[in-house]
Amino acid sequence: MSASETLLDVHDLAKHFTLTKGFPRPVTTTVRAVDGVSFAVQRGEAFGLVGESGCGKSTAARAVLGLIPPDAGRVRFAGTDVTDAKGSTLQRLRRRMQIVFQDPYSSLNPRRTIGQALTEPLGVHGLARGRAARERAIALLEEVGLPPSAYDRHPHEFSGGQRQRIGIARALSVEPELIVADEPVSALDVSVQAQVLLLLKDLQARRGLTFVLVSHDLGVIRWFCARVAVMYLGRIVEDGPVSRVFGTPRHPYTRMLRDASPIPDPGIRSQLPRIVGEIPSAADPPAGCHFHPRCPRASDICRTVYPQWRADGEGGVACHHPED
Amino acid sequence: MTDAALSAPLSSRRATIGRLLSDPATVAGLVLCSVVVAGALLAPWLSPRDPLEQNIIDRLTGPGSEYLLGTDQFGRDVLSRLLWGARISLMVSFLSISAALVIGGAIGMISGYIGGRFDLVTMQVMDVLLSFPSLVLGMIMVALLGSSITNLIIAIALTAIAPFARIARAPVLVIKERAFIEAGRALGFSHLRILLVHVLPNIVTDLLVMGTLWMATAVRTEASLSFIGLGVKPPTSTWGGMMRDGFENILDSPWLCIWPGLAILVLVLGLNLVGDGLCDVTDPKATQ
Repeated sequence: MSASETLLDVHDLAKHFTLTKGFPRPVTTTVRAVDGVSFAVQRGEAFGLVGESGCGKSTAARAVLGLIPPDAGRVRFAGTDVTDAKGSTLQRLRRRMQIVFQDPYSSLNPRRTIGQALTEPLGVHGLARGRAARERAIALLEEVGLPPSAYDRHPHEFSGGQRQRIGIARALSVEPELIVADEPVSALDVSVQAQVLLLLKDLQARRGLTFVLVSHDLGVIRWFCARVAVMYLGRIVEDGPVSRVFGTPRHPYTRMLRDASPIPDPGIRSQLPRIVGEIPSAADPPAGCHFHPRCPRASDICRTVYPQWRADGEGGVACHHPED
Repeated sequence: MTDAALSAPLSSRRATIGRLLSDPATVAGLVLCSVVVAGALLAPWLSPRDPLEQNIIDRLTGPGSEYLLGTDQFGRDVLSRLLWGARISLMVSFLSISAALVIGGAIGMISGYIGGRFDLVTMQVMDVLLSFPSLVLGMIMVALLGSSITNLIIAIALTAIAPFARIARAPVLVIKERAFIEAGRALGFSHLRILLVHVLPNIVTDLLVMGTLWMATAVRTEASLSFIGLGVKPPTSTWGGMMRDGFENILDSPWLCIWPGLAILVLVLGLNLVGDGLCDVTDPKATQ
């Protein structure tokens, strides 16, 4: 497995939602949930997408999987175009990329047993039926740390953490190469979060999986991912290796996020940073750089022109006045 | 699937039946319905006479030992006609509501699942249908199609499609936003599979509860249409038709209207009690 093989290539992805409201003169608002996002993920890598609520990271994740049609841009998975894929091409792609959801309480059909949930994808993709399917499902349960007796039970008999494991097992059932995890631990208790993250890390190593981890939790991203992209109002403002991005952030927004996420080390205790303002609405983003109303370094140019992407070796930043 | 896999839903189903039977009102409803169903099924054996046999000499005889519930203006035995009429009432209401449940349920489920403009148009068509009182809609249908049992069933079914579509659509709007539907799409399940395996089982109890309640309405609609002469043609006995015939002699022989009226009351009350009971039992808030 070469480390430089690009498995997922997202180019200029955009997804806008329009909402028409009002009578007699309807007003149409366009929410630019994802507005020109590009990133690439290498095979076997864990890539993080981080940002505040509403910055479009979950929308981007769904567009990557082809679950919602993007308005512009390209998603390529191992050289195959996801955005235009239909029929059997799409069906084959579905097998190769899977999703793990945030809410373990809505991700399983309450009327189906765990066994049914795990064997159904096997049947649909013609991977295994009957006894063979059952054996594979039980092996999957063991792989995510659940007893074989879970096979015949219903979701309501399990805790949130256990359900999340079942959701992970279901995603693994079709033997994907890429897993998009959309806030996989945000809905769980802190003690369970660690277990599930350890499981994901373990699976990544054992199965050579590629991960796109969507989270608002810098701690999770820092621990799990090798590279990270920081999103703000539908755009990536900075990306690069996790240690560089969070160690010496170049975009003021990344710095703000980093400083707002406490590090459990009394030695580096400092004053809690002042967080200026709220995230603006994606329906009415500020002119120029979207971040300028909250930015301590904003100048005149920031209020009028959106900064160009500046690449620097392993990553890049979109800022007129990046920190060094 | 293993035995244990099947036993889990079975045991929960058994618990549901247990809860159902612990409610005295529901049990009373079940008893009332059973009486009517038994009467209808056993009509050939229970009826003392042929429901069409006319004994003109004994016409308009009051209830007594010779004719248990009396005779009508043609001297036909009221008890026998009531028992045979139960078959028509039950058949018409059951078949029409079953058809409405399947067709209306499918329309509502698909419309809610697809959403968008298709949903908007479909539901507005359903709202137009809903705005007609079911009796008026039934009258229009029977007037257009002509009166026969089949047309009566079609007419009543058409009046009930819109409410079933509405009932089916509402929970689909909630279910389709749940992550397990998106998981199904990510796993490459077809829309048909998602609808049948993942959406339908989650709305089917709602539909069945509605079905019981609407069967009661269908019994009334059938009786009303028969009463105004748009239902089943004479001499076939139906409860509504018996009331219409008895209406002419209501001052001298009130039992001709009372018996079919009571029969309708028993069946409608029974179905409503069962429907309410099912509604309470299947309400997830009541079970947890």
